[in-house]
Amino acid sequence: MDKTVNQRAWFLVLPVFLVVAFSAILPLMTVVNYSMQDTFGNNQFFWNGVGWFKELLDPSTDLGGRFLASLGRNLLFSAIILAIEVPLGIVVALSMPRQGWTVAACLVILALPLLIPWNVVGTIWQIFGRPDIGLLGYTLNGLGMDYNYVSNEFDAWATVVVMDVWHWTSLVALLCYAGLKSIPDAYYQAAQIDGASRWAVFKAIQLPKMNRVLLIAVLLRFMDSFMIYTEPFVVTGGGPGNSTTFVSIELVKIALGQFDLGKAAALSLVYNLIILIVCWIFYTVMTNAGAERPVKQGAA
Amino acid sequence: MHSIPGRRLIISLFLIFLLLPIYWLVNMSFKTNSEIVTTMTLWPHQPTLENYRRIFTDESWYSGYINSLTYVLINTVISISVALPAAYAFSRYRFLGDKHLFFWLLSNRMAPAAVFALPFFNLYSAINLFDTPWAVALAHCIFNVPLAVWILEGFVSGVPREIDETAFLDGYSFPRFFVKILVPLIASGIGVAAFFCFMFSWVELLLARTLTSVNAKPISAIMTRTVSASGMDWGLLAAAGVLTIIPGALVIWFVRNYIARGFALGRV
Repeated sequence: MDKTVNQRAWFLVLPVFLVVAFSAILPLMTVVNYSMQDTFGNNQFFWNGVGWFKELLDPSTDLGGRFLASLGRNLLFSAIILAIEVPLGIVVALSMPRQGWTVAACLVILALPLLIPWNVVGTIWQIFGRPDIGLLGYTLNGLGMDYNYVSNEFDAWATVVVMDVWHWTSLVALLCYAGLKSIPDAYYQAAQIDGASRWAVFKAIQLPKMNRVLLIAVLLRFMDSFMIYTEPFVVTGGGPGNSTTFVSIELVKIALGQFDLGKAAALSLVYNLIILIVCWIFYTVMTNAGAERPVKQGAA
Repeated sequence: MHSIPGRRLIISLFLIFLLLPIYWLVNMSFKTNSEIVTTMTLWPHQPTLENYRRIFTDESWYSGYINSLTYVLINTVISISVALPAAYAFSRYRFLGDKHLFFWLLSNRMAPAAVFALPFFNLYSAINLFDTPWAVALAHCIFNVPLAVWILEGFVSGVPREIDETAFLDGYSFPRFFVKILVPLIASGIGVAAFFCFMFSWVELLLARTLTSVNAKPISAIMTRTVSASGMDWGLLAAAGVLTIIPGALVIWFVRNYIARGFALGRV
């Protein structure tokens, strides 16, 4: 793909640049500004230098302890949901019907959870899991399990994880399905002639073809689970105690709950930096996938 | 050949797993509160439309839907109209800082909303847009404009550049080429991008809640208020939830073949 060099293309990009700069650069400047200061209310600010950052990365202080604990919980959460959603998504994609109206029906039902407002996802599971009025909670308690996501830490975690699996596994499945569909029939015919087993077909044809889509899926899921806020907030409110308080929930507590601007800003910047690093990996993967595209279409 | 043993069972179980919680919500929305609290019934024994009637007649409820739709529509229009020329530029030309700009856009799509909640609150209060649909619409641009640029870039790149060259040889000016030829060619792409802008603005709660207080309060915020109140009106909450699912459910059918592409930012 040879593109011509044309600096006037900037005029076409300018509107996007201005709109996004207005809502990205301006607010970030305020964040940077706040992160260096302390406030005692009344709009009085005092220079605090890198004090907040030092505190943030020191687990013995209150701020640092809360940040690192929520970061740890968030990473654990991301790891768990990736470990469940990726294999499950692959299995679901492989189980999709081959043709006919059922394909469309499956696609629509799979997409349904992805399009539900996030707080409604929370509400759905909040209701569904309640021992008194929810089908899930009622059934589990009926089976003799003492399930209560409001008071029991493990149950709260299980509910939040199952909710995320319910909400986002479809994304992995849809991406994998799109990857599988790009495999030409000739590959399968060749495998059949060679007498390859199903497992061999999966390992030698399907998995390599799904490689890039899977990378995209893993990165997207990591990013989104790393900044998850609304769903666990609605279901557990970060509790019981602090057991399901993830980084975003902690940040909103400090920023909008306590109006502790300096601490919140410092946390924001560190948080954003982590995201930026992952995002860079993501970008490299995405653009490489784009470069491969014409070749893939040529083969099909 | 490209299937696994027991696939019918697996896909059926998974779809049931997806539908069951939604069914429970729909089920509850047709029940009276006394039925919800006192008995455990798998389907409404005394079906009632009372919950829906209350939402459609009580202004504090239905105005939430109108507020949400207003900012979502403003956001979609802004996002698509600024993203279209940019997508063309990224797809066709090389220019100073193009790759950095593309990455910067993506990083904004990925930025956690929680980071921006407080600065947005200050910014939009300072310019007197707080508690208007415009504040939320502009705030949602931070992730929707990059999304639209990325998706549309994929679709524009699918149009052979010979078409551009032929049009310019035929004496089309750039704006005329853009409107008369390019836009019709990528119409489905614009539809998909608009759908995703609509969706992501519709499902977002944190920014929408932070940037509004009374006049522009979105439906999602009205629902959270009900959640935190004691003495829950479960049936009403369920009905409100069902109504927020409907816009998405209605249009999935049209984008079902592009849905993977949209969620992967146009890169599948």
